[in-house]
Amino acid sequence: MTLELFLQHFANGISLGSLYALIAIGYTMVYGILRLINFAHGDIFMMATYFAFFGVLTFNMPWYISFIVAIILTGLLGIGVEKAAYRPLRNSPKISILISAIGVSYLLENLSIVLFDGRPKPFPTPNIFADVINIGNISIQRLTFIIPVVTIILLFLLLFLVNNTKSGMAMRAVSKDQETAQLMGVDVNSTISFTFGIGSMLAAIGGLMWALKFPQIQPLMGVMPGLKCFIAAVIGGIGNIKGAVIGGFLLGIGEILLVAFLPSLSGYRDAFAFILLILILLFKPTGIMGEKIAEKV
Amino acid sequence: MLNVENLVVCYGGIEALKGIDFNVEEGKIVTLIGANGAGKSTTLKSIVGLVKPKNGKISYLNKNLLNVETKNMVKEGIVLVPEGRRVFPDLTVLENLKIGAFVRKDENKIKEDLEWVYSLFPRLKERTWQLAGTLSGGEQQMLAVGRALMARPKLMMMDEPSLGLAPLIVKEIFEIIKEINKQGVTILLIEQNANAALHIADYAYVLETGKITMQGKGKELLEDENVKKAYLGQNTK
Repeated sequence: MTLELFLQHFANGISLGSLYALIAIGYTMVYGILRLINFAHGDIFMMATYFAFFGVLTFNMPWYISFIVAIILTGLLGIGVEKAAYRPLRNSPKISILISAIGVSYLLENLSIVLFDGRPKPFPTPNIFADVINIGNISIQRLTFIIPVVTIILLFLLLFLVNNTKSGMAMRAVSKDQETAQLMGVDVNSTISFTFGIGSMLAAIGGLMWALKFPQIQPLMGVMPGLKCFIAAVIGGIGNIKGAVIGGFLLGIGEILLVAFLPSLSGYRDAFAFILLILILLFKPTGIMGEKIAEKV
Repeated sequence: MLNVENLVVCYGGIEALKGIDFNVEEGKIVTLIGANGAGKSTTLKSIVGLVKPKNGKISYLNKNLLNVETKNMVKEGIVLVPEGRRVFPDLTVLENLKIGAFVRKDENKIKEDLEWVYSLFPRLKERTWQLAGTLSGGEQQMLAVGRALMARPKLMMMDEPSLGLAPLIVKEIFEIIKEINKQGVTILLIEQNANAALHIADYAYVLETGKITMQGKGKELLEDENVKKAYLGQNTK
């Protein structure tokens, strides 16, 4: 394999990894605050692409307006899902809320089959993303550069929000001890809503970039990315934002390079993620940056 | 200031509190002492709304406290230093203190209060940037008290601040409670360590399996034969 070809694959891996990272952040944030694996997260990601699709094609919005509207709507959808399906079960056993998450996932998938039709639709890609850039012998789509840049900017904004603002402090406090946070005057419900809103908006941005990269959308498109990003979050150490990003990149780059180096295995690219999950669970179940489970009493 | 009347609390079918009455006068240190399972923590939890009482009245500055949500207690000037300290382990000392002032908007006053807390607990100042989870038990208790003070409370309720601490640290914490009270904060103190609590209390109630069995001035109860026998571990003969 030539160096050029390797670099080209590597750039693709980074770009796919960035998408995984953005979606994995949503899993990890929700897990951090509610100890819940939000299985509907992948479907929320799918909904974002349909919002943008209809924004452009039905309402004739310019693509950027339609994207902003889609991101906001998806944030609201995430907040709505938490209010309707998770909040009433907050004091129930963890398994009930997990089952509720799986239910929401199926609901969103089937609802969109009914409402949007199950056939795949072509996603409109503005030329600005599709242009090809040539560096020496390597030619790469502009989007391949844009995706990691957007991801890194969002990651820094998010880390700033979590570590340096009052809302972020409230999120960290609620994730450790809801009762005490309440005693300090923190509004637990609105902090949790806020977390779902942010996580879903990041999934929306990931979803839109995904649809630009693979410009075909359909109601079940969120299932496999959703599962893989959950794996990415586990690899990084679920509950840890930086871990989710690292896990996302590892998974994305690993998957692309596997296909590049061993083309005969390319049919197994999805299996790669699950094998990685099994290995992580066997050898380092708390993930790369995961918190220790044993706590000092 | 705080007035509790005929408070009944049930967990499932079991009555944890069987109708208790007590009164916390403004500017005083009032203590509720009692053994494990007497209903001390339940009393505090019902005051702040974490437990819904079956019966009874709780009024604070002539306001019905039963209609106030837990998250709004701190706006009313009521804070609770919870049992087992419950500091946020992966927030720094400074962040723990800041979260105590979460609902306040007066940035300048918050800064002053931060200095005030640091002057009460110089040890916390040395550890400003440390994660609270890495502090010793005594330091965490100081942090829990400091965090509560950052709300500028009128009424500070403390649930067993002496729990699991060395006698010297307990003494230090109780000295500081007295000092905080002198500076105008009313204190409701829940304790198993009857000796330490009665020494600083203006007024005290003895809680036994959900009922108040005795009350009086702190000094009086210290001298009381029954209290001595049951709570102070002194042989009266």
